[in-house]
Amino acid sequence: MASYLAIIGTKDNPVYELEIIPIKEMNEDILKSHLHQFVAHASLDLIEQGQWTSNSLYLRSIDQFHDTMISAFLTPSNIKFILLHKTKNDDGIKLFFQELHELYIKMLMNPFYEPNQPIHSQAFDLRVRTLAKRQL
Amino acid sequence: MQPNGKPMFKSSVSASSQSSLPIRGRNICDQNLNKIKNSDVSLSAFAFLFSELIQRTQSRVTGIQDFEERLNEHGFRVGQRLVELVVWRERSPKRETRVLGILQFIHSSLWKQLFGKHADSLEKSKDVNDEYMIVDNSPVFNKFISVPKNMNQLNCCAYLAGIVEGFLTSAQFPCKATAHTVPLPSYPSRTVILVKLHSSVLRREEYLG
Repeated sequence: MASYLAIIGTKDNPVYELEIIPIKEMNEDILKSHLHQFVAHASLDLIEQGQWTSNSLYLRSIDQFHDTMISAFLTPSNIKFILLHKTKNDDGIKLFFQELHELYIKMLMNPFYEPNQPIHSQAFDLRVRTLAKRQL
Repeated sequence: MQPNGKPMFKSSVSASSQSSLPIRGRNICDQNLNKIKNSDVSLSAFAFLFSELIQRTQSRVTGIQDFEERLNEHGFRVGQRLVELVVWRERSPKRETRVLGILQFIHSSLWKQLFGKHADSLEKSKDVNDEYMIVDNSPVFNKFISVPKNMNQLNCCAYLAGIVEGFLTSAQFPCKATAHTVPLPSYPSRTVILVKLHSSVLRREEYLG
């Protein structure tokens, strides 16, 4: 159930990150958490390749790294939501991304938030964690 | 440590940036994104706000060009946010990847969500292949603005052109958009928004076939 979520902006800059670690695996995964960021950013090339041939927002599973699968969701203004996960769960992940998209748009509606800036809002953080607990 | 194996979270929102604002109180994350019935803003409130915006800009600019650029910038920020919102509110949200697709989307959905009706026409320029025109017969922006004779070329629809420019630029179609008045006998305040696409967009269109 270990997962890693990254929201990456249009200039490949990280906007938000979230690590979900089950307690049992806590000792091993702490060492691997820097690898998650690397793997997520490495899959950005594949997203850009597939971006212009598909009309949909949810781009399913785009890559695999050993036992971790990488799923991506692309918003109309080119913000990428990347999820690293070990178990296959297409429907749950699609719903998760859609809810995350809605949360992201609500953050955008704040006129003081510039697109592409890192998200520091505690409210956003809390809601994403609740969503992750529910769907993933 | 939770005893029953619940997951632990680590996020980029660091614990040291604890704000004193309540998280569980009324929050932007709780607002509804869908259009609520009868939630439209009254025309007078909008006209008042827009006229104040124009007056404030007028006191800070040096000329008509500068004025239109400022309005364009204001509209740009609105357009950036509208890209996401308008697509999300569609029945089956899709990303647009072709020029014609996104222009038709602006012509129908964007105009419908902003003004309640489609734009009046979408045209492609015959001479230059990177210019497109979106026509609005009676834009709501110009309704209550009276332009003095010495500023004749000013068109407050530069704000609307900014919205279109922000929309297209955020959707990865970099362009420049300007507003021009082209009056017809039946529509005295008819405005044309001229969209000039960047060369990279045309190259990509060719590549996609």
